[in-house]
Amino acid sequence: MSNGVLAIDAAREVARIAQWLRTAVGGRLRRRGVIVAMSGGVDSSVCAALAVTALGKERVLGLLLPELESSASSESLGARVALQFGIPHVTENIGPALTAMGCYRWRDQAIREVMPQFDTGWKSKIAIVTAAGLGLSYFKLVVQSPDGEISEQRLPARQYLQIVAATNYKQRLRKSIEYFHADRLSYAVIGTPNRLEYDQGFFVKGGDGLADLKPIAHLYKTQVYALARHLALPDEVCNALPTTDTYTLSQGQDEFYFGLPYDKMDLALWSHNHSVPVADLAMQLSLSVEAATRVYRDIESKRLSTAYLHSGALMVEPVTQVVKLE
Amino acid sequence: MSDIGQQIRAYIGSNFIVSDLAALADGDSLLGHGILDSTGFIELVGFLETTFHIQIADEEMIPENLDSLGNIAAYVTHKLSPAVSGNV
Repeated sequence: MSNGVLAIDAAREVARIAQWLRTAVGGRLRRRGVIVAMSGGVDSSVCAALAVTALGKERVLGLLLPELESSASSESLGARVALQFGIPHVTENIGPALTAMGCYRWRDQAIREVMPQFDTGWKSKIAIVTAAGLGLSYFKLVVQSPDGEISEQRLPARQYLQIVAATNYKQRLRKSIEYFHADRLSYAVIGTPNRLEYDQGFFVKGGDGLADLKPIAHLYKTQVYALARHLALPDEVCNALPTTDTYTLSQGQDEFYFGLPYDKMDLALWSHNHSVPVADLAMQLSLSVEAATRVYRDIESKRLSTAYLHSGALMVEPVTQVVKLE
Repeated sequence: MSDIGQQIRAYIGSNFIVSDLAALADGDSLLGHGILDSTGFIELVGFLETTFHIQIADEEMIPENLDSLGNIAAYVTHKLSPAVSGNV
């Protein structure tokens, strides 16, 4: 097993996905185009470029959805990708709506219960911690004062859940706007998770997890970067490390959710999917066998604990007359 | 089972949906049986700290201490022992 297992023929994969998109949008979903929310990250940028390849730029609408705390570079990079591919785009600042819904207020209330000194001008994020590399995962709150001093504290369950619930408003409101534009144009909504995110349940149900199409959900993150380079996306997109862009302090996806950098997580997930012995994974990732065992266990545990995110509403009995597009 | 064990079992039964609490053996993995997820563990830690007036250090949040009713009871009992709690 080596890094080479994730090598991909990017040109062929782009052609395959483009063909699938044409059939899925026009033939199965019977929509006239697609909506892509463009965060400036590699996943949404690749999806937008794939949509243009498949359908033409006139059948794609890009949405730039900044809020009070999203990175300014997200918006400018998203706009740059839209301009590069000639994608018509709309900018909607969702900050005022999030304020009205109480997103920031509910979050900050929970933060102050843990860190009373937290105030206007402070920044925050949540980080996942696994004690001693082998323990149970828990979450800590990290705050930064305006003069740069960092403090952190383990989060009790109630405050953790409230902070996450409040920030989930961001993804859910964005999705609501995506579907507004989809409805008015008779377009379909593209979801942009990569395989790591999709498999491990790193999405908000009814938020970024909701979509009509997920064209890169089968691709490991490493492969998405390969497509980004093939599609000639800007260097800033091709080289950017994945972040959540959800919290005010800079936050990598690895510290919030995965526990390992994406390239290592890719290899771990691939290895798990291909029944690679844990000792081989340990060697490949320069981990102890115990730590690699824990990575495998974590993959399985996340699948179990996020199963409900993938699930539609459970019903007492099926209504078999309903027509579903599978 | 000890009084501490009974309190923990009652807490698990009242705070999480367990279809058959009586069938849950003291040695059963709470994670493995899908009773607790990561949030559930954090809730459990909060309960233990509040109820038994103990401080659970980050490095003590390991399955050997917290992943079964028996392990939790033994861990709490150990934390409450005079030598560890300082109440000699």
